[in-house]
Amino acid sequence: MALEYSEKVMDHFLHPRNVGEIEKADASGTVGNPVCGDIMKMDLKIEDGIIKDAKFKTFGCGSAIATSSMATEMIIGKTVDEALVLTNKAVAEALDGLPPIKMHCSILAEQAVKTALKKYFEEHDMMTPERAAQFKILDEEEEEESSVYRSKRAEYMNEQKDLMQNK
Amino acid sequence: MNRTQHRIYFDHAATTAVRPEVADVIYDVMKHVYGNPSSLYKEGHEAAHLVADARARLADILNCAPNELYFTSCGTESDNWAIKGTAFKLAGKGKHLITSKIEHHAILHSMEWLKTQGFDITYLDVDELGRVNPQDVAAAIREDTILVSIMMANNEVGTIQPVEEIARICHEKQVLFHCDAVQAFGAIPIDVKKLGVDMMSFSGHKLGTPKGIGLMYMRRGVRIDNLIHGGAQEYGKRAGTENVPYIVGLAKAAELAMAEMPEKTAKLTELREYLVKELLSKISHSRYNGDPVHRLPNNMNFSFEFIEGESILLMLDALGYDTSSGSACASSDLKPSHVLLAIGLPAEIAHGSIRITLGSDNTKEDVEALAKDLPEIIERLRQMSPLWEAFQKGEIENCLIP
Repeated sequence: MALEYSEKVMDHFLHPRNVGEIEKADASGTVGNPVCGDIMKMDLKIEDGIIKDAKFKTFGCGSAIATSSMATEMIIGKTVDEALVLTNKAVAEALDGLPPIKMHCSILAEQAVKTALKKYFEEHDMMTPERAAQFKILDEEEEEESSVYRSKRAEYMNEQKDLMQNK
Repeated sequence: MNRTQHRIYFDHAATTAVRPEVADVIYDVMKHVYGNPSSLYKEGHEAAHLVADARARLADILNCAPNELYFTSCGTESDNWAIKGTAFKLAGKGKHLITSKIEHHAILHSMEWLKTQGFDITYLDVDELGRVNPQDVAAAIREDTILVSIMMANNEVGTIQPVEEIARICHEKQVLFHCDAVQAFGAIPIDVKKLGVDMMSFSGHKLGTPKGIGLMYMRRGVRIDNLIHGGAQEYGKRAGTENVPYIVGLAKAAELAMAEMPEKTAKLTELREYLVKELLSKISHSRYNGDPVHRLPNNMNFSFEFIEGESILLMLDALGYDTSSGSACASSDLKPSHVLLAIGLPAEIAHGSIRITLGSDNTKEDVEALAKDLPEIIERLRQMSPLWEAFQKGEIENCLIP
C-alpha cells in the first residue's frame, strides 16, 4: 500500500520551518538512531522560561522532517511547561494526521523536545516531580518496536477505524 | 529546482505504461473475440486459435516448444507455482530448497511459508555486487534438495546472475532449477534451452502489457503439482478460463521487446552511464550499488550517505520524477531493503538509497534534468541532516553508528 501524506505534511516537508542550529543554544536534544532511519536534533533558545526560538535538523523520511518542523512551530513562544505537555498526537493532528506506520515520527518529535527540556531543567536545577513525570516517553528506545509504539499505533488505528465507521 | 513540466517516469522496474500497440491488439480481441477457448463452436475455436498462436510466438522467442509454456495471472503466481508445486510433488524425495537472499518476495515469502509446512530452506549469500556464486549452490545441494531457485536479474540492483552455470550445476546433481526472469524478460536475451533452466517465471506488465498476465516455462518432462485446480486449461496444469486478450497482448509485447532490444539496450546503457558518471562526480559520499558489468541496461541504484531515501523520493516526486527507494521509511514494514542489506550495505546507508530504472520513453533531456536536480536535492537534505552537520564539524568520521 502506498503511503500518502496530507497536504500539510508535504508543505512542512518541502518548506520546513526553523531548519538549522542555534549557536549557544540553551538546550539541545538529539534522539533516534540512523540504523532505524531517523535522527532528530532540536536546539532551543530559552529566556525567562519562554522558548524564544527553536531550530531542528533531521535525518529521516518526509514525515520525520514534517513533524520536526511542526513541533518547532508549536513550541516557539510557549513557556517551557507548555512545551513540556506537547504530545506526539497533537503534532500529528496539527499536520492533519500521519499514516499509522509513520506515527513513530511524531513520537520522535515529542522526544526531541523533551530531551532538550530535560537537560535544561537539570542544568538549571529546575526539575520538579511534576516535570519529571512528563519524561516517561524518553525511556522508550526506537530500536525495536516498543510497547509504547505498538500501543500508540494501535490506539491511533482504532481512532481511524472509528472515524471511518462514523462517516 | 522548479521543474513543473511533464512528469518523468524513472520506475520501469516497478511497472511500465501499456504500450499503444499492445493496447490495440488487446482491444481488438476484446471487441471481436469473446468466446471461451474451451467451447466447441466457432467463437470458441477462434479464441483457442488466438491463444495457440500467442503461445507459439512466445515459444519462438524463448526457444522452447509451445506446450512448455503456461499462461498465468502474473509473475508472482508463476513463482508460487514453481516453488510450492515442486515442494509438494517432491516432498517424498526431500524437503530442502535453496534460494538466494536477494530474491523477490514472491520467492522469499513462498519459501517462508514452506518452512511452516516442514520444509528446510537455505538462503545463499551474494557478494557485494549482488552475485550468487555458483560454487555456493553446488556446496549447498544435499541429498534431500529438491529445488534451487535463483533469479535471472535482480529487481532492485539489476545484477544479472550466472544462470547458465547454476543450471548446469543443478543438473549435474539432478536437482530441479527454477529461475525468476520477471525483470530480465524483454530486457536481455533469454533462451531457455541454452540457459538450461527447468522452470522460468515471466510477467507482462514490465514490458508494456496491463497488469494481470504472467507466463511460466516448464521443460517437458518436469512434473510438479498444480497450484490452481479446476478445468483442463493449459494442458491440465493451470486451470481457469484463459485471459485471451492479455495473452495476445503478451505475445505482442514480447515481440516488440525482442525487435527493439539491440537499439534499446544501446540507448539505455548510454543514458545510464551518463547519469552514473554525473551523479557520482557531483555528489560526494555516494555509491553505485550492484554489478557495474553484469547488470540490466535500465537499472541504477544509488546510496547517498547522511540522508534518508524516502525524503529523496518525495522531493523528486515534488519535482515530477518517479523513482523508488530501498529505505525502510518507504516500505510498509519499516525495514530497509533485504537486497541492499544482503550486498553488505549497513542499514544507515541502505536507508539513503534510490532506484532509477529507465525505459524507452526516457530521453537524454530527462536524465540531464535529473543530473541537475538530484545533486541539489541531496545537498538540501544534507543541510537538514544532523549527521551531515556532525560530519562536517568533524565530530563523526562517517554516517555509521560505531
